[in-house]
Amino acid sequence: MKILVCLKQVPHQDARLDIDGAGTWIKEDGIKFEINSYDTFALEEALRIKDAGEAEVVVVSIGPDRVTQALRTALGMGADRAIHVKDAEIDGSDTLGIAKVLAAVAKEESPDLVLMGLMSDDGNASAVPPMMAELMGVPSATAVMKATPEGDGYRCERELEGGALEVVDLAKPCLIAVQSGLNQVRYASLKGIMAAKKKPMDTKSAGDLGLSGVVGAAGAKAQIEKIYAPVRGEGAEIIEGSTDEVVTQLVGKIKELGLL
Amino acid sequence: MSQDPLNSPEHELFRETVRRFTEEELRPRAREFDEMGRFDTSLFKKMGDLGMLGLRYDPKYGGAGLDWSYSAVMFEELGRADNAGVTMGISVHTDMATPSLAEFGSEELKQQFLVPSIAGDMLSAIAVTEPDAGSDVSGIRTRAVRDGDEWVINGSKIYITNAATADWLCLLAVTNPDAGYGGFTQIIVPTDAPGFRYELLDKIGNWGSDTGQLFFEDVRVPVANTIGEIGRGFQQQMMQFQDERLVACVSAIAGSSMLWEETRSWAEERILFGKPLSKMQNTQFKMVELYTQLTAAKELVNTCVRKRVAGEDATNLITMAKLFCGGVCRRVADECIQFHGGYGYMKESMAGRAFVDSRLISIGGGSDETMLFYMAKQLGF
Ligand SMILES: Cc1cc2nc3c(=O)[nH]c(=O)nc-3n(C[C@H](O)[C@H](O)[C@H](O)COP(=O)(O)OP(=O)(O)OC[C@H]3O[C@@H](n4cnc5c(N)ncnc54)[C@H](O)[C@@H]3O)c2cc1C
Ligand SMILES: Cc1cc2nc3c(=O)[nH]c(=O)nc-3n(C[C@H](O)[C@H](O)[C@H](O)COP(=O)(O)OP(=O)(O)OC[C@H]3O[C@@H](n4cnc5c(N)ncnc54)[C@H](O)[C@@H]3O)c2cc1C
Repeated sequence: MKILVCLKQVPHQDARLDIDGAGTWIKEDGIKFEINSYDTFALEEALRIKDAGEAEVVVVSIGPDRVTQALRTALGMGADRAIHVKDAEIDGSDTLGIAKVLAAVAKEESPDLVLMGLMSDDGNASAVPPMMAELMGVPSATAVMKATPEGDGYRCERELEGGALEVVDLAKPCLIAVQSGLNQVRYASLKGIMAAKKKPMDTKSAGDLGLSGVVGAAGAKAQIEKIYAPVRGEGAEIIEGSTDEVVTQLVGKIKELGLL
Repeated sequence: MSQDPLNSPEHELFRETVRRFTEEELRPRAREFDEMGRFDTSLFKKMGDLGMLGLRYDPKYGGAGLDWSYSAVMFEELGRADNAGVTMGISVHTDMATPSLAEFGSEELKQQFLVPSIAGDMLSAIAVTEPDAGSDVSGIRTRAVRDGDEWVINGSKIYITNAATADWLCLLAVTNPDAGYGGFTQIIVPTDAPGFRYELLDKIGNWGSDTGQLFFEDVRVPVANTIGEIGRGFQQQMMQFQDERLVACVSAIAGSSMLWEETRSWAEERILFGKPLSKMQNTQFKMVELYTQLTAAKELVNTCVRKRVAGEDATNLITMAKLFCGGVCRRVADECIQFHGGYGYMKESMAGRAFVDSRLISIGGGSDETMLFYMAKQLGF
């Protein structure tokens, strides 16, 4: 059994985010990065499958040198092998471009299961997992809260609106994109960190994956126009008085606006 | 590219682990620990599992056999627990009460006390200070008298961290009152020994730590509980103090840096006279001054760490760092309260707590005057 876990490295949730000179991304120098929180749950899920039986866990991340930190963390937590896709040519890829790169890695590795987060903390697109599954030609499920082995695949419980759950069965090979909070993510222990030093990490370029000229800004169908902080709006009204008065006025306002 | 011995990928990964532990397990419960007046000791097991309690100790006993740089990483992150008392309680266990045992203890003693301490199954305390002797360690009077294969201990210790939670004490006692500096001995005292009791003390700060007075009335422990040689206790304890000071510097500066960041955010949000407090030049200048002091302190501490890693004698530098860091942290806390105005005076504000917590840095682990006294001698005055 082989599991491929896709990890994205994103700015740390406590990092100060300033917009860069071009106005299309944030300034990345001097800020801390971490593994996308959704992906940590995917990794934990993979490591639990490994702990329960025979499985090789391979982690992959696309990005500059700094992403080796995310891969090393994953190795420290218990993953067996890492693949670092590093190529300036991939910069500026849209979600489809990223999905193509990951699908190409998956093609080389032919895993039984791909685990990844539902979305990324920074980009928030939720687009890569289903695109990747389509490119691989495998069944997939997103927003998975629980995955249990069932027959020749997995039974997944997907989170829907309003707290409802949908149960879907996926035959292997398949791709599961997890919702956050489905497990308690382990820490990399000092022992694990030291053991990770000896675990292999391969570096691959777009060319190695047969994607030269296909991905990156040139191949992107979507481009970031600009990034900006929302302008503070006008017209806020502050209701004052006792709690009863405030509630009465607030309900009146909501009715007046026809929202109730 | 040559590898920075203080900043390898492994250091970064370990930092990430400790940071996550601090963010997930310590910071959210910081005020709860204050209310409890102690740390949730069940977290020690978790720290033991992660390898945090035996960084520099021999792998034979469950340690990681690493150098001082990993301790520095750990306390830089634990210093951001938003609870100076908790960080102190942990550091007492890892770097103040256990080093002598690891360095000088017998094999049996290490199996009995060091192995479980590294695993997080046992918690330790260091019992040196007495009601009548603090800075002048040689003035202690707690007496251990030999009776066959046992020590019989009588006396009292005060201001002892982990008083309520410790499973064992590294006790410094007088074993031969006529032998001067050769009359002291370090003895391990299990806290369930009959005749031992403690009373908790009510502190102005460091609320997340259980500080107490200890009482020994005919407490009997085996002579085999002696750490190292009988009569070498004073010298062994002086060595044990060294790391304690450096750890205190590392965690104190980390905590102060966090307060600086918090104050900056506060100043950016707080609007007065029609603009953010951070846009006033007075605020900017003072914040830059504090940043400069913190940077200088950090660099000094880093130099101490580098020397320790390289195995060089860093005693003078650590002494000066302890003196300097205490002053910087007190100043940062004072100025940061000021920026917070009335809120800074509230117990719940980070600045208010730092104000009382940081006061300890210039007293505990040897007072400023103890550092000055030592350095004056070193400089030939
Ligand atoms: C919260 C807390 C936790 C502590 N935890 C522990 C612990 O776990 N284990 C432990 O053994 N101890 C612990 N201590 C005790 C601490 O180490 C002592 O308080 C410290 O060493 C000072 O000793 P003292 O209180 O007896 O003060 P004293 O020795 O009486 O000193 C009082 C003052 O005298 C002045 N002074 C001292 N020496 C000189 C000098 N040479 N020249 C001129 N002036 C001088 C200084 O202003 C000094 O502050 C703790 C203390 C506190 C407050
Ligand atoms: C224990 C206590 C009792 C109190 N009792 C009363 C009471 O009985 N009645 C009452 O009305 N109030 C009371 N107060 C409130 C007290 O008067 C205010 O806290 C004080 O005026 C500061 O206001 P603030 O807290 O809003 O701080 P802010 O106005 O937000 O000021 C915060 C900080 O901003 C900086 N700052 C302010 N002005 C400038 C400037 N012009 N240029 C540059 N920097 C500046 C300073 O560093 C200042 O400390 C009390 C406060 C406390 C803590």
